[in-house]
Amino acid sequence: MSTALAASPIATSKSVSPTWRRFREAFRRHPTALIGGAIIVAMVAVAVFAPWLGTIDPQAVAPIKRLRPPSEQFWFGTDMLGRDVYSRVLYGARVSLVVGLAVAGFATIVGLAIGLVTGYVRAVDAVVMRVMDGLMSIPSVLLAIALMALTKASIGNVIVAITLAEVPRVVRLVRSLVLTLREQPYVEAGISAGTSLPLILIRHILPNIVAPLLVQGTYVCGSAMITEAILSFIGAGTPPNIPSWGNIMAEGRSLIQIAGYLILFPGIFLSLTVLAVNLLGDGMRDALDPRLARRM
Amino acid sequence: MKTRATLLRSTLVIGVLAATAVLSAPLALAQAQKTLKFIPQADLRILDPITTTAYITRNHGYMIYDTLFATDAKFQVQPQMVDKYELSGDRLTYTFTLRDGLKFHDGQPVRSADCIASIERWAKRDALGQKLAEVTDSWKAVNDKTFTLKLKRPFPLALEALAKPSSNVPFIMPERIAKTDASTNITEPIGSGPFKFVKEEWVPGSKVVYVKNTDYVPRKEPPSWAAGGKVAKVDRVEWIYIPDSATAAAALNAGEVDWWEQMPPDLIPVLAKNKDIKVENIDPLGSMGMIRFNFMYPPFNNAKMRQAVLYAIDQNDYVIGIAGDKKNGHTCYSYFTCGTPLSSEVGAEPMKGKRDFDKAKQLIKEAGYNNEKIVIISATDQPIVHSQTLLTADTLKKLGLNVEIQAGDWGTLITRRTSKEPVDKGGWSIFHTWLVGPDLTNPAVNFAIRGSGQKGWFGWADDAKIEELRDAWFATTDAAASKKAADAVQARAFEFVPYVPTAQFILPTAYRTTLSGVIIAPITLLWNVEKR
Amino acid sequence: MVAYVVRRLFSTIVVMAVVAFVVFSLLYLTPGDPAAVIAGDIATDEDIRRIHARLGLDEPFLVQFGRWLWALLHGDLGTSIFTNLPVTTLIGQRVEPTIALTVCTLVVAIAVAVPLGVIAAAKAGTWIDRAVMAFSVLGFSVPVFVVAYGLILTLSVELDWLPVQGYRNFRDGVWQWFRHLILPSIALGTVYVALIARMTRASMLDVLAQDYIRTAAAKGLARDQVLIGHALKNAAIPVMTIIGMGIALLISGAIVTETVFALPGVGRLTVDAILRRDYPVIQGVILMFSAVYVLVNLAVDLSYMFFDPRIRY
Repeated sequence: MSTALAASPIATSKSVSPTWRRFREAFRRHPTALIGGAIIVAMVAVAVFAPWLGTIDPQAVAPIKRLRPPSEQFWFGTDMLGRDVYSRVLYGARVSLVVGLAVAGFATIVGLAIGLVTGYVRAVDAVVMRVMDGLMSIPSVLLAIALMALTKASIGNVIVAITLAEVPRVVRLVRSLVLTLREQPYVEAGISAGTSLPLILIRHILPNIVAPLLVQGTYVCGSAMITEAILSFIGAGTPPNIPSWGNIMAEGRSLIQIAGYLILFPGIFLSLTVLAVNLLGDGMRDALDPRLARRM
Repeated sequence: MKTRATLLRSTLVIGVLAATAVLSAPLALAQAQKTLKFIPQADLRILDPITTTAYITRNHGYMIYDTLFATDAKFQVQPQMVDKYELSGDRLTYTFTLRDGLKFHDGQPVRSADCIASIERWAKRDALGQKLAEVTDSWKAVNDKTFTLKLKRPFPLALEALAKPSSNVPFIMPERIAKTDASTNITEPIGSGPFKFVKEEWVPGSKVVYVKNTDYVPRKEPPSWAAGGKVAKVDRVEWIYIPDSATAAAALNAGEVDWWEQMPPDLIPVLAKNKDIKVENIDPLGSMGMIRFNFMYPPFNNAKMRQAVLYAIDQNDYVIGIAGDKKNGHTCYSYFTCGTPLSSEVGAEPMKGKRDFDKAKQLIKEAGYNNEKIVIISATDQPIVHSQTLLTADTLKKLGLNVEIQAGDWGTLITRRTSKEPVDKGGWSIFHTWLVGPDLTNPAVNFAIRGSGQKGWFGWADDAKIEELRDAWFATTDAAASKKAADAVQARAFEFVPYVPTAQFILPTAYRTTLSGVIIAPITLLWNVEKR
Repeated sequence: MVAYVVRRLFSTIVVMAVVAFVVFSLLYLTPGDPAAVIAGDIATDEDIRRIHARLGLDEPFLVQFGRWLWALLHGDLGTSIFTNLPVTTLIGQRVEPTIALTVCTLVVAIAVAVPLGVIAAAKAGTWIDRAVMAFSVLGFSVPVFVVAYGLILTLSVELDWLPVQGYRNFRDGVWQWFRHLILPSIALGTVYVALIARMTRASMLDVLAQDYIRTAAAKGLARDQVLIGHALKNAAIPVMTIIGMGIALLISGAIVTETVFALPGVGRLTVDAILRRDYPVIQGVILMFSAVYVLVNLAVDLSYMFFDPRIRY
């Protein structure tokens, strides 16, 4: 987008341990990042161990018990069909986390692949970057809704839709990193020594991309979880009988004035998780290179 | 330098404040006219009440069009645009004479030719109209105010057809517009009704504006459903579409709108606290929910499977799931709207009383169910459809059936239900919907009960016997025979189960106490309403 | 510089062409069918097939694309399938609320975020800094509609200070127009404030560490003047970049905000059109948004010249 930003030099060593050392130091300086990490671990635990945490079948309807406020029996109350909100929120963690992590994973891998190629192969670069620019200029939520409207609602389709919307940003990051790294003396040395392209990529470029990519990955994860919630809110998200934080809120939104807990609890869980992910990302980014803050 | 900057800045600030003050002087002077702000049940997108049965378009129709006859609160047919009418001795010829002073919004008088063209177009689409067209020999305009309808054989429902209260309503349009092909949407909303449509102010998805038709000549009788005098007592009506119910409730609470057509019963407590708002059930007939099967493929192509569902589902669950409590909904074990003359509980034993899961399981076994997948398509943006889906899925799962819910939005659902493919190729086994009371009162208007197979409504229910019984009902000539024939139709319906009625419910309406004169009717009518 | 602008405009056109093709082909692949939606509840298969044919939905892909592109170049975005109104009219009717919302949000967000970022940078390491950063991270962790509902419940319903929903035209009274936009702007702006504040702080920290800042302070310039006169101007570039990139976020968020606050804007128009599969409207609106995004970013790039005299294109 702008050539005016000077590329800031990235640590050029190809050894790995200083990075981990830097992370540890950063976490000590940024306790918030540690908190973030702890929250994420807790959420994953909740999602995995949901059946053993005092939950009942999240899809069991019991109309006679509808819209009960939080109580001893129903810790988070019941929804409009008598389903237990506590159980739904805990099981909902599964969907929201899976969507977040899957999108982060796929977007990172696909973005990495495309970014590496465009960073290196000039001919492909021009074409692919125009396509990426095109995709990026369509607001991501709109793109995701449009994609969802084409297919039937399923977690898989939501993941694909949001991934497609997030890939261009990852590609952009990888590409700019590759372009910078390519100019490094040790890379030129490697090329003149006859090292094959794949080896150069693996031995020199990749190690220096992994960290920023991880950081970007965390932001993508947070963004994906919020996008899933928005998609559910609009009605183009995951199938409604399977609870996710987004669609629990979507179903309860019209009742906010008499049953605010329907939005409060999933809202808190979602916000907390996204917050944790963002804090973690911030900590990692600061550990890596504070000047990266400009680029991200 | 600092002082100059400061001076400049202060001047700017003062200037902006002054300009703001001036610009804020509201145009209150022009607002001496009364505007009724109404939240409609849906977004008005299609302006043609003949090509679509959508209720929102029907309501729009009632604003700007008028009808020859109308049904009143006692289910009697009353003349509306017609002044006098007579039936010949052999019961084959009707002669109608229009009232004086009827004019379209473009100034043209209403003539016989307009009425005839409108009725003929309506009859091409509407089920009851098609029946009328079958027995019609000819329509003739005697002069501009008088015209005749000649039948091939006596048809006692002729006037009832012309007085049909709900979709499709035989609204009268100018001849040139009525000549439009019956599958093409008209674009000019010109009628002869009590309000005029203001096209320049129409923002689809957000706002529809009507103004009072000062040339309208209302009848002298008091209003009763769509019959009687239609006196517009406000100057301007704005339909403001607010899709989010929480926002709508808040808007009504704050007085930003005057009337909310259909509110979800759950939100009643939110509005009940406000003494400036009245929550009422002005709809005496309510609506009925239903489970519709796909007759083309297993497992529901087998009558025993469908009957099993009758024994398993509990209408009480649906009442609560849809209406929230027993005040706004109740059970109705009938294929005809409870509270109307032809409704009864003939044949309804399987649905009443304690649920019999054993019998249901036995029927399933007899039907030879082989774990075929049952796909229920649902729409998450339609809470009534979706609640029913979840309840039915729960029951069927308890019966050990292989159930999968595939949900999208309403647009997706009405696309998918047209599919005649098997379930693994994008087809469906069950969908839920609801129809308003007036559309289910008798075998003529109830299209869901029919067994017309591939030519019929989605689900393609196939049963020659019920079609015979339906024809037999059409042939009856007095009330007693009509009731008996209707009972026979219903009894057969409970055997072949074209759909399962789930509950009868009323969506309350809420309006501010500044309004008075709201008409109690199963359709939303905006005349006679005054605003203080 | 003119050469640069021309080059950028050319690449913009290429990008738009890509967007047009992507948008058009996506919708063509859809299994959803507007004909069924139009036909209504009690339609038969023949009705649906007839509507299909009449709307030309059966013709081959390239023919449809070609026709559409040709019309597009003549300024004709097609006609909405449902309302039979030209897409340009539909958009025209609803553009004002969206622009008003976006502009208000931008102004509010920048007015709040930049000072916050500057203060946080000036007091780096203190509790003020941490508070600002915490608030900003919170800002983009909470979904827009949760913030929106929270605001409505407290400020409109409980306290009755501000209207719940709706939009008042600018020419009908500026004060009312503004009142109705306060809550939506705050809700929508939260994410934006978070982003801009962070970026401002990071960028300011960077600049403040530079030598010329120390020189200015040593020369005896007041703190304010150093901060604003020198540092902020130099820190502005990355901030402008973020503002430009954030437009996409703004548009996404506007959709939700318009739904919750019942603002009759283009965002809602798009969502309705997508869910209803009103193809011409979907294509027209997405194209429009993309054009806005690209043009805004071009403007942002050109603005760099203002902030950094070293940059000449």
